[in-house]
Amino acid sequence: MKFNLKIWRQKDANAQGKLVDYKIDNVSEDMSLLEMMDVLNDQLVRKGEEPVAFDHDCREGICGMCSMYINGRAHGPVKASTTCQLYMRNFTDGETITIEPFRAGAFPIVRDLAVTRSAFDRIIAAGGFVSVSTGQAQDANNTPIGKEEADKAMDAAACIGCGACAAACPNASAMLFVSAKVAHLSLLPQGQVERKERALAMINQMDEEGFGSCTNIGACEAECPKEISLENIARLNREYLWATVAK
Amino acid sequence: MQADISLGKRLTSSIGKKIVVALTGLFLTLFLVVHLMGNLQLLKNDGGEAFNHYSEFMGHNPLIQTISKVNFAFILGHAIWGIFLAFKNRAARPTRYAVNKPGANSRWASRNMALLGTIVFVFIAIHLVNFYFTFHYGDIPTVDYRDAHSGELFRVKDYASVVQIGFQQLWIVAFYVVAMFALAFHLSHGIQSAFQTLGANNKEVSPTLKTIGYVLAYGLCALFAIIPVIMYIQNS
Ligand code: HEM
Ligand code: SF4
Ligand code: FES
Repeated sequence: MKFNLKIWRQKDANAQGKLVDYKIDNVSEDMSLLEMMDVLNDQLVRKGEEPVAFDHDCREGICGMCSMYINGRAHGPVKASTTCQLYMRNFTDGETITIEPFRAGAFPIVRDLAVTRSAFDRIIAAGGFVSVSTGQAQDANNTPIGKEEADKAMDAAACIGCGACAAACPNASAMLFVSAKVAHLSLLPQGQVERKERALAMINQMDEEGFGSCTNIGACEAECPKEISLENIARLNREYLWATVAK
Repeated sequence: MQADISLGKRLTSSIGKKIVVALTGLFLTLFLVVHLMGNLQLLKNDGGEAFNHYSEFMGHNPLIQTISKVNFAFILGHAIWGIFLAFKNRAARPTRYAVNKPGANSRWASRNMALLGTIVFVFIAIHLVNFYFTFHYGDIPTVDYRDAHSGELFRVKDYASVVQIGFQQLWIVAFYVVAMFALAFHLSHGIQSAFQTLGANNKEVSPTLKTIGYVLAYGLCALFAIIPVIMYIQNS
């Protein structure tokens, strides 16, 4: 397969960036988009040009590093997929593919397609943890948890912190991410001690990072590779309201 | 964990702003239901009698007048908080995407609430000048009705005639219909969004709440829009 690529090139956080055209040929339909990028970079290096900087790590859809905005969609056109799990057969031969970094004020560009998502780490540090001792592995069975709560908590815990929700959101809001973390912990007995402060502290941090406010557009849920549900945002709203009304 | 956050900060935080917009928005929606009930009396074939009595009652009942003041405050509060929200949200993405396909993952109305709201705001302002201020402070002709039981004549202000004259102008009718489209789209996202903001969303209740939202949004606005259209046709 061959493709026309338009890739965002930007030297560093403060430089002016622009879309640069590349052509690539002999692409296997079984390559992932990242593998296609590897081939492109190999060609660039051979020509003595700077390779395109992009983030990746696990390449199996679990680390959340591969942030790219492809043809106007976070992680490209396939539902419930990360960029590393996006295959070239999902595009048509000869197609023009535009690749940009995730864009949000709170995700500053490091270089080319690589952004820093440290804002998510600071949100977690503000309240996405438990400080009670939960014991050793065998102690897990001492704290029985209802099937329904356990399922909901597990669904929320599937969030990999990739940032696609904030990248796709017209308001660049990180609510789906924050809600997944808050829901996960507030559903479990271990998370009860800090429950009220958690929603307040994490939202406060989210606002300080400069993310927008959720207006229930739903782009996040549609683009999330782990299909985290908007129900979690409703739960976060309840937690926040409750923490405000009941001191 | 540090969560020493004042009430003021909670009301202006990202969720706090949404809660204010949601509560005022739902109140305004409730107001629309009552307002529609009253206005539909304009379509009765009774020379405006029912509507005139109703307007007289609404204009002089102290409880209604208090609620009306609250309503004005809520419209302003909702609009100010809404615009504040929209500006902050725009600032959260300083650089736009060169290629973006938001239509692939969300509804147009949900992405244009501030625009739709602003159209509705302009409409409300013009609507108030047209009718509200005329009803309250303008010179209104009177009309005499005969009481069905006692047969006595009594005199009331003929509010219905003011409306009738207004809706003889095509551009006003057209403007009202366009504004109701904007309101319908605003509410088609707004009502379901308000429930979500207040935390009501799970597999059991959400489909029902969404249906209620759509029925209210499109139903209310269609009935509002039909009033000027019918009155225009009847009088031309
Ligand atoms: C009769 C008039 C109006 C009614 C019944 C109404 C109703 C609503 C409702 C129910 C919501 C949902 C709240 C939420 O998402 O939590 C909403 C949101 C909103 N409204 Fe209004 N509204 C009206 C007028 C206006 C006006 C005049 C403006 C602005 C000039 C406005 C701007 C907004 C904005 C920006 C939102 C937030 C968008 C969002 O949450 O998705 N609205 N409105
Ligand atoms: S909620 Fe989904 S889109 Fe957002 S960070 Fe978590 S996994 Fe990524
Ligand atoms: S590289 Fe780890 S999720 Fe894509």
